[in-house]
Amino acid sequence: MFTTEVLHELIKVLGKENVLSEKEDLVTYSYDATAAVPSVEPDVVVTPTSTEHVVEIVKIANRYKIPIYPRGSGTNLSGGAIPIKKGIVLTTQKMNKILELDADNLTAMVQPGVIIQDLNNEAVKHGLIYPPDPGTVSTATMGGSVSECSGGLRGLKYGVTKHYIMGMELVLANGDVIKWGGKTVKNVSGYDLTALFTGAEGTLGIITKLLVKLIPAPEARKSLLAVFDDLDKAGNAISDIIRNKVIPATLEIMDKVTIGTVENFTHAGLPTDAEAVLLIEVDGYKEVVEREAPVVERVCRENGAVDIKVAKTDQERDLIWFARRNALPSLAQVKPALVLEDATVPRSKIPNVIKEIRRIAEKYNLMIGTYGHAGDGNLHPTIVIDPRDQDEVHRMEQAVDEIFKAAISLEGTLSGEHGIGIGKVKYLPLEFGEAGVNTIRRIKEALDPNYLLNPGKMVTKEE
Amino acid sequence: MSIYTSLDSVKEYLIKCMKCGNCQAVCPIFKETLKEVGVARGKISLVERLLDGKIEMTEGLADRFSLCTTCMACNANCPNAVPFDKIILAARAEAVRRKGLHPIKKVIFKTLKLQRLFDFGMKTGSKFQGLAMKRIEGKDYGARLRFDVGLGKDKVFPNLAPKTFRSSYKKVVEVPHPKMRVGFFTGCMINYFYTDMGKAVVDVLTANDIEVIIPSEQGCCGIPASVNGDIASAKDMAKRNLQAFENAGADAIIVSCSSCGSAWKHSYGELMEGDPEYQAIADKWKKKTYDINEFLVKVVPFKKEGLGRIDRKVTYHDPCHLNRGQGINKEPREILKSIPGIQLIEMKEPGRCCGMAGSFSIVHPDLSLKISDKKIADIAGTKTETVATGCPACRLQLHSGVVNAGLDQNVVHVIQLLAESYAEGRK
Repeated sequence: MFTTEVLHELIKVLGKENVLSEKEDLVTYSYDATAAVPSVEPDVVVTPTSTEHVVEIVKIANRYKIPIYPRGSGTNLSGGAIPIKKGIVLTTQKMNKILELDADNLTAMVQPGVIIQDLNNEAVKHGLIYPPDPGTVSTATMGGSVSECSGGLRGLKYGVTKHYIMGMELVLANGDVIKWGGKTVKNVSGYDLTALFTGAEGTLGIITKLLVKLIPAPEARKSLLAVFDDLDKAGNAISDIIRNKVIPATLEIMDKVTIGTVENFTHAGLPTDAEAVLLIEVDGYKEVVEREAPVVERVCRENGAVDIKVAKTDQERDLIWFARRNALPSLAQVKPALVLEDATVPRSKIPNVIKEIRRIAEKYNLMIGTYGHAGDGNLHPTIVIDPRDQDEVHRMEQAVDEIFKAAISLEGTLSGEHGIGIGKVKYLPLEFGEAGVNTIRRIKEALDPNYLLNPGKMVTKEE
Repeated sequence: MSIYTSLDSVKEYLIKCMKCGNCQAVCPIFKETLKEVGVARGKISLVERLLDGKIEMTEGLADRFSLCTTCMACNANCPNAVPFDKIILAARAEAVRRKGLHPIKKVIFKTLKLQRLFDFGMKTGSKFQGLAMKRIEGKDYGARLRFDVGLGKDKVFPNLAPKTFRSSYKKVVEVPHPKMRVGFFTGCMINYFYTDMGKAVVDVLTANDIEVIIPSEQGCCGIPASVNGDIASAKDMAKRNLQAFENAGADAIIVSCSSCGSAWKHSYGELMEGDPEYQAIADKWKKKTYDINEFLVKVVPFKKEGLGRIDRKVTYHDPCHLNRGQGINKEPREILKSIPGIQLIEMKEPGRCCGMAGSFSIVHPDLSLKISDKKIADIAGTKTETVATGCPACRLQLHSGVVNAGLDQNVVHVIQLLAESYAEGRK
């Protein structure tokens, strides 16, 4: 239980400047970027500056049996950073140093509080990039994005966060510090714990260092926008591009509802009578880009695109991505809140899942704009609601239920990149069955038997 | 219902905040403190709970509300365009309504209101400045405090002018064939410290055949009071200025301070909302108020012939309340580029706040300095000789930073370079 004694011990170990306990500060750690989840104030917020600090915090938490919630910038979309059972919020924001950039081995060693964009700014000086690029790239921390295994726009060609994590240092729930992985491309020593802790949502250990992989920055890029009057034709075009051996860096889709909303708010010149638009970018060596872009254009045309725009200048490219970047802000203008899901299906099932989402929107009388990363099957059905309208909130919850069921029945998954967090815990049996959930639970209990680390997320104690 | 009269007025903005946290990417305070309460999202959550009655208006809460430079960088980076500056001003006004004004601020705003007392204080201050402040040897660098009164002993303040700007000019500065008559709202910093800036404004206007009226009844714009929630004082000051210019008979009002400009263009209308007499006056002048850069480029337009050569490398700092507050960022650059010999070299992030923010730098001197340090490093990177800006408050902050960093740059208002160029042309 949390007492003033705990507070004093934390201050003793961390110094006053790293412990926040006044109500006016605690309020500001009671939420993250997730809509429609409870908001709970922690008992205390700590900002460790070293691994040793983290170890001490864990020891104190163990002594008093107080939960710890690791937090980065609080930008996640699954309620992952909310201190739902009160206790200690541990933010890694002050551990924000890039410790090493090794251009020979193409790796970087960073502390968990480094902002993704800051790593990229450093990498680009060496002609390198760290490819995972979630929408929050300029705010999210490395620790947070690794814990959520975030994806982004370039998943199709470059993969997601887990494909770039080579090793890490962690503090476990018992206070032990372990190091896993390393700079070698090949490493089969022991179980692949690096993979286990990536996407663990802070429920198994607290990341204190990360070793990530960097790749050479692509030299050129080209963007296209293709307009379709039929959803199936757009779906066929997506699969056909891949069948033609072109893997675009980015292959995005926006449905009719999203197109209409974006056009209404931005006047970017989108065709509001279209059923879908695809936004595509190929990148790589100049010669490769010059070969691939025409293939994409041809395939879209063959699949019945009614209009294709190829960006010839940087301004034209920016205009194409301006429309996509404005999908979420435009939908947000419609009503005060939006619930952003990330149900994901195999890319061949994109048209089916969009049709399912439309049926569900009609059934529950909701406005749902669907857009997202078509190339990797990761869609963002976005439900706009007014949280003051209880009936609408209820209908939204039922719709979310059905969207998840639809994704699973189309061989998909509950979450492509946002994580399970609080809201999706109850749906896990849909995807894994009880035996699967039990396996997760046994792993959790092996590493954190007292559920001290981020309790209430991913998996809960058996009732 | 305006942001200055009721906290309920910002409810429609609060509900638009999605808590996405994008404000973290650009907030100068958050970048230094890394505390959630520093950023817009954190303070929005506090205002929400205050409105819901879930937290009390404590001193601690008022302190948290003071953590904002109103630089509006978050507004510009917000996917939902939440106007956070309005939210924070409303919250501070609410704090004053519920808890009263801090006693020191009370004295300061009262002095600003009583123009003659203020004038007297500043004149006396000019004579005795040496007692409390130590002049910096060398050029006209300004002075540092001899004793730390909580502002830090490193901050370089400009020397108080021996004679205030307004008292050294006739009420009307005439030209032979006037094509326009404008009223010059000087603001306090030009009147008491930067008389050179005021002179440059008058010189440039008259060089363009524009008659300049300088009403002597004008006073402080009231922004220092309104951003600290002292709405009663702000209203008094707004009324006095509105009356002074209403009587002056000018075609337009010219300002060369970005805060004063925001006052005339935005705050006066909101402060006078519902006032039977002054609302119409405020609304009228709002449309006729121009920042000097804006006026010269868009209204006059200023004479290009007769501009003399100034060989200088210059970088430009965008004042927040000019750039994001009034949408003026191309105009000052256009003026600089039109001056023969000037080479404009952009710094990294010219639009990032300098950390001055008026009384913010007095309440949070350490934080203000840290924000300034980043700006000064960016300035140093340009290897220029002169820093131009569009606001006397930014000028003070940048000058202090440049001197303390041991750099040899001049910090001036854009208009001073233009005046210098006209003077050079007349030679």
